[in-house]
Amino acid sequence: MTEMSYLDGNMLDGPLREIFAVDLSTATGRCAHCGTAGPMAGLHVFSHAPGLVGRCPVCEQVMLRLVRAPDRAWLDLRGATVLELPMPLDQPHPGPL
Amino acid sequence: MGIVSPGFQGRPRTAEPALPPGQYLTEDWPVLSAGPTPKVPLDTWEFVVSTETGAEFRWSWSELMGLPQDTPTLDIHCVTRWSKLGTNWQGVSLDTLLEGIDTQARYALAHSYGGYTTNLPLDDLRGGRAWVAHTYEGGPLPAEHGGPARLLVPHLYFWKSAKWVRGIRLLVDDQPGFWETAGYHDYGDPWREQRYQGD
Repeated sequence: MTEMSYLDGNMLDGPLREIFAVDLSTATGRCAHCGTAGPMAGLHVFSHAPGLVGRCPVCEQVMLRLVRAPDRAWLDLRGATVLELPMPLDQPHPGPL
Repeated sequence: MGIVSPGFQGRPRTAEPALPPGQYLTEDWPVLSAGPTPKVPLDTWEFVVSTETGAEFRWSWSELMGLPQDTPTLDIHCVTRWSKLGTNWQGVSLDTLLEGIDTQARYALAHSYGGYTTNLPLDDLRGGRAWVAHTYEGGPLPAEHGGPARLLVPHLYFWKSAKWVRGIRLLVDDQPGFWETAGYHDYGDPWREQRYQGD
Protein backbone atom coordinates (compact mmCIF):
# COMPACT_ATOMS: atom_id res chain seq x y z
CA MET A 1 0.00 0.00 0.00
CA THR A 2 1.26 3.45 -0.88
CA GLU A 3 1.14 5.84 2.07
CA MET A 4 0.39 9.40 1.08
CA SER A 5 3.43 11.52 1.73
CA TYR A 6 3.32 15.03 3.09
CA LEU A 7 5.62 18.02 3.19
CA ASP A 8 6.57 20.05 6.24
CA GLY A 9 4.96 23.41 6.91
CA ASN A 10 7.87 25.37 5.51
CA MET A 11 6.28 24.83 2.10
CA LEU A 12 3.43 27.12 3.21
CA ASP A 13 5.80 30.07 3.22
CA GLY A 14 5.27 31.03 -0.42
CA PRO A 15 1.52 30.40 -0.65
CA LEU A 16 0.81 32.30 2.58
CA ARG A 17 3.18 35.14 1.67
CA GLU A 18 0.79 35.76 -1.23
CA ILE A 19 -1.91 36.61 1.29
CA PHE A 20 -0.24 37.97 4.42
CA ALA A 21 2.40 40.60 4.95
CA VAL A 22 3.85 38.58 7.82
CA ASP A 23 5.74 35.32 7.52
CA LEU A 24 3.32 32.78 8.95
CA SER A 25 5.83 29.94 8.69
CA THR A 26 7.57 31.44 11.73
CA ALA A 27 4.30 31.62 13.68
CA THR A 28 3.24 29.24 16.41
CA GLY A 29 -0.20 27.68 16.06
CA ARG A 30 -2.34 25.82 18.58
CA CYS A 31 -4.33 22.86 17.38
CA ALA A 32 -8.06 23.29 18.06
CA HIS A 33 -8.44 19.52 18.41
CA CYS A 34 -5.64 18.38 20.74
CA GLY A 35 -4.37 21.71 22.04
CA THR A 36 -0.78 21.17 21.01
CA ALA A 37 1.07 24.38 20.19
CA GLY A 38 3.93 24.26 17.74
CA PRO A 39 5.52 26.00 14.79
CA MET A 40 3.34 26.25 11.69
CA ALA A 41 6.43 25.07 9.85
CA GLY A 42 5.98 21.77 11.65
CA LEU A 43 2.56 21.04 10.14
CA HIS A 44 2.18 18.01 7.90
CA VAL A 45 1.07 19.54 4.61
CA PHE A 46 -0.78 17.38 2.09
CA SER A 47 -0.35 19.13 -1.24
CA HIS A 48 -1.48 16.45 -3.73
CA ALA A 49 -5.05 17.64 -3.30
CA PRO A 50 -7.42 20.33 -4.59
CA GLY A 51 -5.84 22.64 -1.98
CA LEU A 52 -3.18 22.62 0.70
CA VAL A 53 -4.15 20.79 3.88
CA GLY A 54 -2.01 21.43 6.97
CA ARG A 55 -2.45 18.85 9.71
CA CYS A 56 -1.32 18.85 13.34
CA PRO A 57 1.82 16.72 13.59
CA VAL A 58 0.53 15.22 16.86
CA CYS A 59 -3.12 14.33 16.22
CA GLU A 60 -3.26 14.68 12.39
CA GLN A 61 -6.42 16.81 12.57
CA VAL A 62 -6.75 19.61 10.03
CA MET A 63 -5.44 22.98 11.25
CA LEU A 64 -5.24 24.85 7.95
CA ARG A 65 -6.75 24.65 4.49
CA LEU A 66 -5.68 26.93 1.67
CA VAL A 67 -7.43 26.85 -1.70
CA ARG A 68 -6.12 28.94 -4.55
CA ALA A 69 -8.27 29.82 -7.55
CA PRO A 70 -6.78 31.86 -10.40
CA ASP A 71 -8.37 35.04 -9.03
CA ARG A 72 -9.18 34.19 -5.40
CA ALA A 73 -7.89 32.34 -2.37
CA TRP A 74 -9.60 30.81 0.64
CA LEU A 75 -7.85 30.27 3.95
CA ASP A 76 -9.63 28.22 6.61
CA LEU A 77 -7.97 28.23 10.02
CA ARG A 78 -10.83 26.87 12.12
CA GLY A 79 -8.59 24.03 13.23
CA ALA A 80 -6.15 26.47 14.83
CA THR A 81 -7.34 28.32 17.91
CA VAL A 82 -4.59 30.93 17.98
CA LEU A 83 -1.55 32.01 16.01
CA GLU A 84 1.39 33.60 17.79
CA LEU A 85 3.37 35.81 15.45
CA PRO A 86 6.88 37.07 16.15
CA MET A 87 6.96 40.86 15.77
CA PRO A 88 9.94 43.18 15.50
CA LEU A 89 10.75 44.92 18.81
CA ASP A 90 10.94 48.35 17.21
CA GLN A 91 7.38 48.08 15.85
CA PRO A 92 5.38 51.00 17.29
CA HIS A 93 2.66 49.62 19.51
CA PRO A 94 0.18 51.13 21.97
CA GLY A 95 1.29 51.17 25.56
CA PRO A 96 -0.94 50.50 28.55
CA LEU A 97 -3.51 53.17 29.24
CA MET B 1 -9.11 19.64 -61.41
CA GLY B 2 -9.44 16.23 -59.90
CA ILE B 3 -12.67 14.43 -59.44
CA VAL B 4 -12.39 14.75 -55.71
CA SER B 5 -11.81 18.22 -54.53
CA PRO B 6 -10.33 18.40 -51.07
CA GLY B 7 -12.60 21.31 -50.36
CA PHE B 8 -15.77 19.32 -50.80
CA GLN B 9 -15.43 16.27 -48.64
CA GLY B 10 -18.26 17.31 -46.42
CA ARG B 11 -18.01 18.35 -42.83
CA PRO B 12 -16.96 15.63 -40.47
CA ARG B 13 -19.62 14.69 -37.99
CA THR B 14 -19.04 16.62 -34.84
CA ALA B 15 -18.21 14.11 -32.15
CA GLU B 16 -19.36 14.63 -28.61
CA PRO B 17 -16.54 16.34 -26.77
CA ALA B 18 -14.77 13.69 -24.74
CA LEU B 19 -13.52 16.07 -22.09
CA PRO B 20 -15.25 18.79 -20.09
CA PRO B 21 -13.87 22.31 -20.54
CA GLY B 22 -10.44 22.93 -19.04
CA GLN B 23 -9.62 19.24 -18.57
CA TYR B 24 -6.72 17.22 -20.01
CA LEU B 25 -6.60 13.50 -20.63
CA THR B 26 -4.42 11.31 -18.44
CA GLU B 27 -3.70 7.62 -18.84
CA ASP B 28 -2.33 7.08 -15.34
CA TRP B 29 -4.31 7.72 -12.19
CA PRO B 30 -2.97 10.53 -9.98
CA VAL B 31 -3.34 9.97 -6.24
CA LEU B 32 -4.87 12.94 -4.47
CA SER B 33 -5.47 12.99 -0.76
CA ALA B 34 -6.17 15.57 1.92
CA GLY B 35 -4.63 13.40 4.63
CA PRO B 36 -3.12 10.09 5.63
CA THR B 37 -4.57 6.93 4.10
CA PRO B 38 -6.80 5.30 6.72
CA LYS B 39 -6.41 1.58 7.27
CA VAL B 40 -9.88 0.04 7.36
CA PRO B 41 -10.04 -3.71 8.09
CA LEU B 42 -12.86 -5.40 6.22
CA ASP B 43 -14.13 -7.19 9.33
CA THR B 44 -14.91 -3.86 10.99
CA TRP B 45 -15.85 -1.89 7.86
CA GLU B 46 -19.39 -0.64 7.71
CA PHE B 47 -21.53 1.65 5.60
CA VAL B 48 -24.23 3.64 7.36
CA VAL B 49 -27.10 5.66 5.92
CA SER B 50 -28.68 7.92 8.51
CA THR B 51 -31.85 9.90 7.94
CA GLU B 52 -33.05 13.25 9.20
CA THR B 53 -35.09 11.47 11.88
CA GLY B 54 -32.04 9.66 13.25
CA ALA B 55 -32.86 6.28 11.74
CA GLU B 56 -29.76 4.33 10.73
CA PHE B 57 -29.30 1.61 8.13
CA ARG B 58 -26.02 -0.37 8.25
CA TRP B 59 -24.24 -2.78 5.97
CA SER B 60 -21.21 -4.86 6.83
CA TRP B 61 -18.66 -5.74 4.12
CA SER B 62 -20.22 -9.16 3.57
CA GLU B 63 -23.69 -7.65 3.44
CA LEU B 64 -22.52 -5.12 0.83
CA MET B 65 -21.04 -7.93 -1.24
CA GLY B 66 -24.35 -9.80 -1.02
CA LEU B 67 -26.28 -6.96 -2.67
CA PRO B 68 -26.84 -6.74 -6.44
CA GLN B 69 -23.63 -5.53 -8.08
CA ASP B 70 -23.22 -3.11 -11.00
CA THR B 71 -20.18 -2.99 -13.31
CA PRO B 72 -20.20 0.52 -14.81
CA THR B 73 -17.60 1.87 -17.25
CA LEU B 74 -17.15 5.56 -16.51
CA ASP B 75 -15.23 8.72 -17.30
CA ILE B 76 -13.90 10.54 -14.24
CA HIS B 77 -12.97 14.21 -14.00
CA CYS B 78 -10.82 15.70 -11.23
CA VAL B 79 -11.08 19.40 -10.40
CA THR B 80 -7.26 19.56 -10.61
CA ARG B 81 -7.92 19.26 -14.38
CA TRP B 82 -7.11 15.64 -15.22
CA SER B 83 -9.72 13.35 -16.72
CA LYS B 84 -9.54 9.60 -17.15
CA LEU B 85 -11.82 7.86 -19.62
CA GLY B 86 -13.31 4.39 -19.75
CA THR B 87 -12.59 3.24 -16.20
CA ASN B 88 -14.14 -0.06 -15.13
CA TRP B 89 -15.68 -0.44 -11.70
CA GLN B 90 -17.81 -2.76 -9.63
CA GLY B 91 -20.03 -1.58 -6.83
CA VAL B 92 -23.48 -1.29 -5.37
CA SER B 93 -25.83 1.37 -6.73
CA LEU B 94 -27.05 3.96 -4.25
CA ASP B 95 -30.50 3.20 -5.64
CA THR B 96 -30.14 -0.23 -4.04
CA LEU B 97 -28.87 1.16 -0.73
CA LEU B 98 -31.51 3.90 -0.52
CA GLU B 99 -34.39 1.64 -1.56
CA GLY B 100 -37.06 1.51 1.10
CA ILE B 101 -35.48 4.23 3.26
CA ASP B 102 -38.16 6.71 4.22
CA THR B 103 -36.84 10.27 4.05
CA GLN B 104 -37.91 13.80 3.26
CA ALA B 105 -34.27 14.87 2.87
CA ARG B 106 -33.14 16.70 -0.27
CA TYR B 107 -29.43 16.71 0.54
CA ALA B 108 -26.75 14.22 1.41
CA LEU B 109 -23.43 14.53 3.22
CA ALA B 110 -21.05 11.67 2.51
CA HIS B 111 -18.52 11.03 5.27
CA SER B 112 -15.41 8.93 5.27
CA TYR B 113 -12.99 7.04 7.45
CA GLY B 114 -10.34 9.69 8.16
CA GLY B 115 -12.88 12.50 8.54
CA TYR B 116 -13.43 13.71 4.96
CA THR B 117 -16.90 14.96 4.00
CA THR B 118 -18.58 16.10 0.79
CA ASN B 119 -22.15 17.21 0.07
CA LEU B 120 -24.48 16.45 -2.82
CA PRO B 121 -28.15 16.84 -3.63
CA LEU B 122 -29.81 13.53 -2.77
CA ASP B 123 -31.24 13.32 -6.30
CA ASP B 124 -27.68 13.07 -7.64
CA LEU B 125 -27.21 9.83 -5.73
CA ARG B 126 -30.26 8.33 -7.43
CA GLY B 127 -31.12 7.28 -10.95
CA GLY B 128 -28.21 4.92 -11.59
CA ARG B 129 -25.64 7.70 -11.28
CA ALA B 130 -23.88 6.82 -8.00
CA TRP B 131 -22.29 3.75 -6.44
CA VAL B 132 -20.38 2.51 -3.43
CA ALA B 133 -17.50 1.05 -5.45
CA HIS B 134 -15.07 -1.57 -4.15
CA THR B 135 -13.47 -3.01 -7.31
CA TYR B 136 -11.43 -1.23 -9.97
CA GLU B 137 -10.31 -2.85 -13.23
CA GLY B 138 -11.07 -6.29 -11.83
CA GLY B 139 -9.15 -5.99 -8.56
CA PRO B 140 -9.79 -4.63 -5.08
CA LEU B 141 -9.82 -0.83 -5.06
CA PRO B 142 -6.35 0.18 -3.78
CA ALA B 143 -6.34 2.01 -0.45
CA GLU B 144 -4.64 5.08 -1.93
CA HIS B 145 -7.59 5.39 -4.33
CA GLY B 146 -10.18 5.01 -1.58
CA GLY B 147 -10.37 1.27 -0.84
CA PRO B 148 -11.93 -0.71 0.65
CA ALA B 149 -14.76 1.33 -0.87
CA ARG B 150 -15.34 4.80 -2.19
CA LEU B 151 -18.33 6.76 -3.29
CA LEU B 152 -18.49 7.00 -7.08
CA VAL B 153 -20.47 9.91 -8.56
CA PRO B 154 -18.79 10.40 -11.93
CA HIS B 155 -21.09 13.10 -13.30
CA LEU B 156 -19.61 15.50 -10.72
CA TYR B 157 -15.98 16.47 -10.12
CA PHE B 158 -14.19 13.59 -8.46
CA TRP B 159 -13.81 15.28 -5.05
CA LYS B 160 -17.50 14.40 -4.64
CA SER B 161 -16.59 10.69 -4.98
CA ALA B 162 -15.47 10.41 -1.37
CA LYS B 163 -12.61 7.97 -0.80
CA TRP B 164 -12.88 5.54 2.16
CA VAL B 165 -16.60 6.26 2.35
CA ARG B 166 -18.21 5.25 5.63
CA GLY B 167 -21.70 6.56 5.28
CA ILE B 168 -24.18 9.12 4.06
CA ARG B 169 -26.23 11.46 6.18
CA LEU B 170 -29.56 12.43 4.62
CA LEU B 171 -30.26 16.07 5.43
CA VAL B 172 -33.17 18.48 5.07
CA ASP B 173 -30.73 21.40 4.66
CA ASP B 174 -27.57 21.48 2.57
CA GLN B 175 -24.38 21.17 4.62
CA PRO B 176 -21.17 21.94 2.73
CA GLY B 177 -18.35 19.43 3.10
CA PHE B 178 -14.56 19.55 3.42
CA TRP B 179 -13.68 21.31 0.15
CA GLU B 180 -17.04 23.04 -0.27
CA THR B 181 -16.36 25.03 2.94
CA ALA B 182 -12.96 26.06 1.60
CA GLY B 183 -13.87 27.67 -1.70
CA TYR B 184 -14.91 24.82 -3.95
CA HIS B 185 -18.27 24.80 -5.70
CA ASP B 186 -21.26 23.41 -3.85
CA TYR B 187 -22.38 21.24 -6.81
CA GLY B 188 -19.30 20.72 -9.01
CA ASP B 189 -20.58 19.92 -12.51
CA PRO B 190 -17.47 19.45 -14.70
CA TRP B 191 -19.39 20.14 -17.93
CA ARG B 192 -20.34 23.57 -16.55
CA GLU B 193 -16.84 23.97 -15.08
CA GLN B 194 -18.17 24.59 -11.59
CA ARG B 195 -14.80 24.49 -9.84
CA TYR B 196 -15.02 27.30 -7.30
CA GLN B 197 -17.77 29.14 -5.46
CA GLY B 198 -19.55 31.45 -7.86
CA ASP B 199 -18.48 29.58 -11.03
